Amino acid sequence: MSSENNPSRVRSGLGSSDFRTNLAFRHLKGRMFYLLCLFGSLVGILLLVTLINDIRQDGFSYMSKHFFTNFPSRKPEIAGFHGAIMGTLWVMGIVAITSFPIGVGAALYLEEYAKRNKLTSLIQTNISNLAGVPSIVFGILGLQLFVRGTIGYGPAICIGEQCGFGRSVMSGALTLTLLILPIVIVAAQEAIKSVPPSIREASYGVGATKWQTVSSHVLPQAMPGIMTGMILALSRAIGETAPIIMIGALTFVAFRPEGPLDPFTAMPIQVLNWISRPQAAFHDLAATGIVVLLVTLLTMNTIAVLIRVKLGRSSSR
Amino acid sequence: MSYESRPVSARYRQNLRNNLGGRLIGILLFLCASVTVVTTIGIVAILCIEGFSFFAEVSPIEFFTGTKWTPLFTSKGFGVLPLISGTLLIGLGAACVALPLGTLTAIYLSEYATPKIRSVLKPMVEVLSGIPTVVYGYFALTFVSPFIKEYLYPEAGPYMAISAIIVVGIMIVPIVASISDDALRAVPRELREAAYGVGSSRLEVTTRVAFPAALSGIIASYILAISRAIGETMAVTVAAGARPNLTANPLEAVQTMTAYIVSVSLGDTPHGTIEFKTIFAVGLTLFFMTLVMNVISSRITKRFREVYD
Repeated sequence: MSSENNPSRVRSGLGSSDFRTNLAFRHLKGRMFYLLCLFGSLVGILLLVTLINDIRQDGFSYMSKHFFTNFPSRKPEIAGFHGAIMGTLWVMGIVAITSFPIGVGAALYLEEYAKRNKLTSLIQTNISNLAGVPSIVFGILGLQLFVRGTIGYGPAICIGEQCGFGRSVMSGALTLTLLILPIVIVAAQEAIKSVPPSIREASYGVGATKWQTVSSHVLPQAMPGIMTGMILALSRAIGETAPIIMIGALTFVAFRPEGPLDPFTAMPIQVLNWISRPQAAFHDLAATGIVVLLVTLLTMNTIAVLIRVKLGRSSSR
Repeated sequence: MSYESRPVSARYRQNLRNNLGGRLIGILLFLCASVTVVTTIGIVAILCIEGFSFFAEVSPIEFFTGTKWTPLFTSKGFGVLPLISGTLLIGLGAACVALPLGTLTAIYLSEYATPKIRSVLKPMVEVLSGIPTVVYGYFALTFVSPFIKEYLYPEAGPYMAISAIIVVGIMIVPIVASISDDALRAVPRELREAAYGVGSSRLEVTTRVAFPAALSGIIASYILAISRAIGETMAVTVAAGARPNLTANPLEAVQTMTAYIVSVSLGDTPHGTIEFKTIFAVGLTLFFMTLVMNVISSRITKRFREVYD
């Protein structure tokens, strides 16, 4: 924005008296700044559209029934996503089962039970710091703790020949559970905080104990918010690649896991495997996998939004 | 989630006599909360135990000052600087993309957008952070890199730092935009109205009143975003290449700390060897870099909260 060619600028030595004479220029500057901000916020959206368009162009070339029923193959025409979809389902099932009770329990403790002391604030600070730890570091944790059953010092936890959970669905799921726990806890805390204190007081007033109050009044009221947070956390876990690569999810799996201790692959891992091959056909397969991944995420986010909308309606009653 | 099915009155009497159940539940919930603390202790313990056993064999001086990172070759070099430079190149480069865009977005959202536009634009911007990073990797490799090669720099190889910088930058825009937007909206209305009252234009109110008042929150968002970029793994692994490279040239291929850790775990390096232990030493370095940035960021945020709440 050059100001040399503006005549009013010359008189700016007069101090505040040029306030009005400068007005047109100040308005022009304001207009330009507005456009700059608008442009800045549209760049991100524009790239999002480009990205989706890029994927849409290649993402349907291999979309067929085979893609969902076949296992990966060296021949792109018959390669499929089945193992990856089943692997992701297995992992996400266990992540949901483990992270829900632990996350809600921790949130209940922090909001309803904990005294306001140093220990509580330490736990709270720790949760927010944990949320900022790079996911690959969680992968290193999972690799030692769950895959090998040791922290690197002292004996490993073994059952017979098997130490830890090996490179299995269980190791992947527990690693992802620890990764999303901070998100689940913070979301559940927000939901519990938003339950009005009057409800608790009414419950105590008729003689209910703390747990009766929490379990039959606070939790049901907070449940929609908790579910929304839970779904968003799970959708984060579905896309996580780095930690499950670390624990050794296989990139070529021609079988589906039958139990929690089986080896597995997951959707993002299979996509990565296809991306890292040089042939363009595999890149198209990767794009097809990405479409499946994104549609899954979109569905989950829509469900989360629907729950939130329903929550808004029920609380206004 | 009722754990008993007896009538309320019976439960009530029993609880009055002896609140053992209530206390037990309290303990159980405390154990849930302590899982997060145990996780942190586990991370630090694992990184330190294996990391220190690495430093018993390789001197930390060689590790932090060496310029050759070839632990998997026969002539081993254990200088982590090429990985750190690759990480910083991507992290700071992504900051150059994300900080201006994120700040402009935040200013637009908080100062200019009508509630209706805001309610559409904000979720759309936040979608950017919900897309899996491996998808960004695909986009970088199949769209951004070929684009740069074709129109801007034909000599480039298939892998280049710049395309990772662009996608990681876009990925962290929502962090800057969201937190800065919150910070700007937390600036009391009275400050803005006072400025309008003495005849300021909207631009002047934004840049000379709202922005400086929200500055600590905005800076906190910057640090958090850079820390996120440094810890980013998949887009960088896919797009930036796998060559440890001590360079500041974004058109070359580089390897970041995260990409190195992934490349070792994808390979077949046997556990317990010095080659494998490098991932713990690199992981430890990465963990502390991001931890320091996150702590600084949350300190700044806390101080900023004290001023305006």
